[in-house]
Amino acid sequence: MAKKATETPMTIPMSKEKQKSIKSLYSGGTPGLRGTIIKIIALAFVDAVAVSVAFVLLAQNQWVALAVLLAVVVIVNWLYLRPAGLPGKYLTPGVLFLLAFQVYVLFLSTTTAFTNFGSANNGDFQQALSAIVDANNEPDPSEDAPYYDVLVVKNQSNGQYGFLMTQANTLYDPADPASVKPVVAVGGPNESIRFLKEGEYKLSDTPSDMSGQYDAISATGYKVVKDPTRLSDAEQAKLSNYHLLLDPNDRFGQFLMANDLQNAITYNLTMIWDEKAQTLTRQTDGAVFKPSDDGFFHINGNVKKERIEIGWQVNVGVKNFVSIFTDPELLRPLGRVMTWTLVFAISSVLTTFVLGLAIALLFDYEKLRGKKLYRSFMILPYAFPGFLSAYVWRGLLNTEHGFVNTTILGGLKITQHLNGGDVQTMIPWLEDPNWAKLAVLVVNLWMGFPYMFLITTGALQAIPAELTESATIDGATPWQSFRLIKLPLLLVSLAPLLIASFAYNFNNFGLIYLLTGGGPSLPEEVSARYDAGGTDILITFVYKIAFSAGRGRDYGMASAFSILIFIVVGGLSLISFRRTKALEEMA
Amino acid sequence: MTTTTDYSKIPTSRATTPLRWFLSTGWRHLIGLFLIVYAIFPIVYIVSTSMIGSADIENTSALFSSITFDNYWALLDFSGDTMMRVTSDAGATGMVYADNPFDLWYINTILIGITTSIGSVFLSALAAYAFSRLRFKGRRGGLLSLMLIQMYPSLLGLVGIYTILSAVGRVFPLLGLDSSLGLIMVYMGGSLGAGTYLMYGFFNTIPKEIDEAAKIDGATHTQIYYGIIMPLVAPILAVNVLLSYIGTTSDFVLASIVLTKPQSQTLAVGLQSFIADPYSKNWSLFTAGAVLAAIPIMGLFLYLQKHIISGLTGGAVKG
Repeated sequence: MAKKATETPMTIPMSKEKQKSIKSLYSGGTPGLRGTIIKIIALAFVDAVAVSVAFVLLAQNQWVALAVLLAVVVIVNWLYLRPAGLPGKYLTPGVLFLLAFQVYVLFLSTTTAFTNFGSANNGDFQQALSAIVDANNEPDPSEDAPYYDVLVVKNQSNGQYGFLMTQANTLYDPADPASVKPVVAVGGPNESIRFLKEGEYKLSDTPSDMSGQYDAISATGYKVVKDPTRLSDAEQAKLSNYHLLLDPNDRFGQFLMANDLQNAITYNLTMIWDEKAQTLTRQTDGAVFKPSDDGFFHINGNVKKERIEIGWQVNVGVKNFVSIFTDPELLRPLGRVMTWTLVFAISSVLTTFVLGLAIALLFDYEKLRGKKLYRSFMILPYAFPGFLSAYVWRGLLNTEHGFVNTTILGGLKITQHLNGGDVQTMIPWLEDPNWAKLAVLVVNLWMGFPYMFLITTGALQAIPAELTESATIDGATPWQSFRLIKLPLLLVSLAPLLIASFAYNFNNFGLIYLLTGGGPSLPEEVSARYDAGGTDILITFVYKIAFSAGRGRDYGMASAFSILIFIVVGGLSLISFRRTKALEEMA
Repeated sequence: MTTTTDYSKIPTSRATTPLRWFLSTGWRHLIGLFLIVYAIFPIVYIVSTSMIGSADIENTSALFSSITFDNYWALLDFSGDTMMRVTSDAGATGMVYADNPFDLWYINTILIGITTSIGSVFLSALAAYAFSRLRFKGRRGGLLSLMLIQMYPSLLGLVGIYTILSAVGRVFPLLGLDSSLGLIMVYMGGSLGAGTYLMYGFFNTIPKEIDEAAKIDGATHTQIYYGIIMPLVAPILAVNVLLSYIGTTSDFVLASIVLTKPQSQTLAVGLQSFIADPYSKNWSLFTAGAVLAAIPIMGLFLYLQKHIISGLTGGAVKG
């Protein structure tokens, strides 16, 4: 090995013709008939699929997607039909997937990082406005506000569900010719309200309820749904939350809503949009909200004043990045998380490497029998599916019933300071922030040492025996020959793998998420805006910012973080990569 | 290497005594035994727990305190009152007991795992061949960017992936959310970054003279690729398929976001539902499921361990 490394790459002077003839070796060669037929069949299949997809896209007016599809198909056909361009033929299939699900995703994330995209800002201005208007309403308090008894019906002409409604404030008595006429209407999510004329509906023969009201029980063109609870949940939700405008032309007028699918009552909007002034006025106190640059409505458009918590997506420039470095509410947990991430990543590499190396040295002894058996046992933790390991250890480390506390430690109790008093408990592995950190490292050691054992064994065997033998002859003790000869050589050959392991653990989401979920939460942090638990590393913390349902999702901020992580980890890998032989071979 | 002297062969005047044996070899066995216990006790523990009836679950301090296969039968017994026949998106049909369609999870996992691993190894082998054997503009840059893109924490692309899949799903439900095929496509998107690099190294170890000779004999590039290179790298391909299979089937986050219906989930997502609710942890069912899920992977791993080890260390420590 040592000899090979000192060799300089050989260069043979070549004539132009020879270079050319060698270059021709890298072109495809003359294709055979069978290969051509297979190629044409494969291409025809791809084109057929593409054409059928194109028709679907065409039918749905998906012009952008259609254009992309056509471009891809043309390029693919061109690539595989022309004789030259061999590299493209081998790279295209993988690159297409890469572009669709990695590069495009990366692009989406990057653009998201410069927006305020999140659970509060997930649509455009009009969507936010509609959501605000719809969310702010109250039942009409006046006594003569109309209310209706409703039946869920199916419109037989379009198959959509809606309501058949009979106004219930006024009692119609068929026996009394002087009584007011019944007010019957149909309407629903797919058709605006329409009042029916006499003859278009049929009233029940007997009073429908205690009040003596006679409800419409059928209408021409509609089929009554006997049991609305048997509709799909989504359909029921759609019906029960639907705002049936009393005047279809007045977006801000009164509407009916039948929450229980049996009674509809009149609601008033409490946020009225003024299209001309571009303001929302709250009816309860007259406060005027104006759209602001931060993607929210604020009182008088002043970003320091009260805002409506439904906003729209806007570009915020580098605000997310600036917040990461300046927002004190974020910096406090971030400092703690960063420290622990580094401690975790470094300790993980160190502990697994030291244990793996120790085991490799232990078994690296000629006369030892059963090496293969030992190796098989040592790689078992590595072969055991990782997601199961985390769960199993969660059970093992349970404070009350876990195998570690009850059996291995024999019920050992430690003194804890809780609520001012000393309490004797078993070790709270996953409940105390400090013990949880230790637990994470213990579990990671178990999961990670086999890998280190395997790679150090390989590296040890690659060290020529002459080196240590000559050291022994020169009088070096085994420890000296290990420390001064084997270890430096090991570190040189394993450095790239150790750095890769560091990068892996830096982002070891699976372990933390499945073992502790980043927890336990710290009592002083529970109410913080950015809640980082005791074992949260950077990536799980960012995941919480992006996906924690409780606190509102902030995709923009999470994307900004992911770009920073990408720069750190990518830069690190690039540096380690430059040091490896791979790059020399590539040149 | 021929000059190496094997000192152990030189006769010594003193005979080997038990004490000397212990000082040179024996203590290694002693520590070795301890290490074996360390390596396997969590695994022994879940095998033991899976065999303890759910009534005794609190008393897990003694391993194998009772042996019963009730948990396994409960997991595999699909003959309850709430039985129903469902078809998963992966195309598997099965009987579902309550809402724990363990058989479907198993089949889904295998289908998704096998399709993804074979598909991604196929794609990355093609790319690795191009990078190893062909010389073209942007080759070095391509290799570098592949490595860099792979460094992006894909977890944080979840929002993007979700957006893409829900958009695709509106037009083609078969490829959208809650579909195995959609998930497979997403996994395959990551294959080029993960697999190409590993295989590129192995392709480089095959002498170029072999395919050059074939080329002179008139072989086309596809004949060289499928007829010469592929058989030569077959063991490595197998290892990559296995590693990719393990990686795919262990994925929890992406799978849990994409697959929401119980009958379309994988083992990683489904088994988690046994212990997700802190108040009704079904630990015994979970352990039985975990044992069944782990057996095939561990078996394959042990069977292929020689190749896997060379796959792990090959790139870094070979001369």
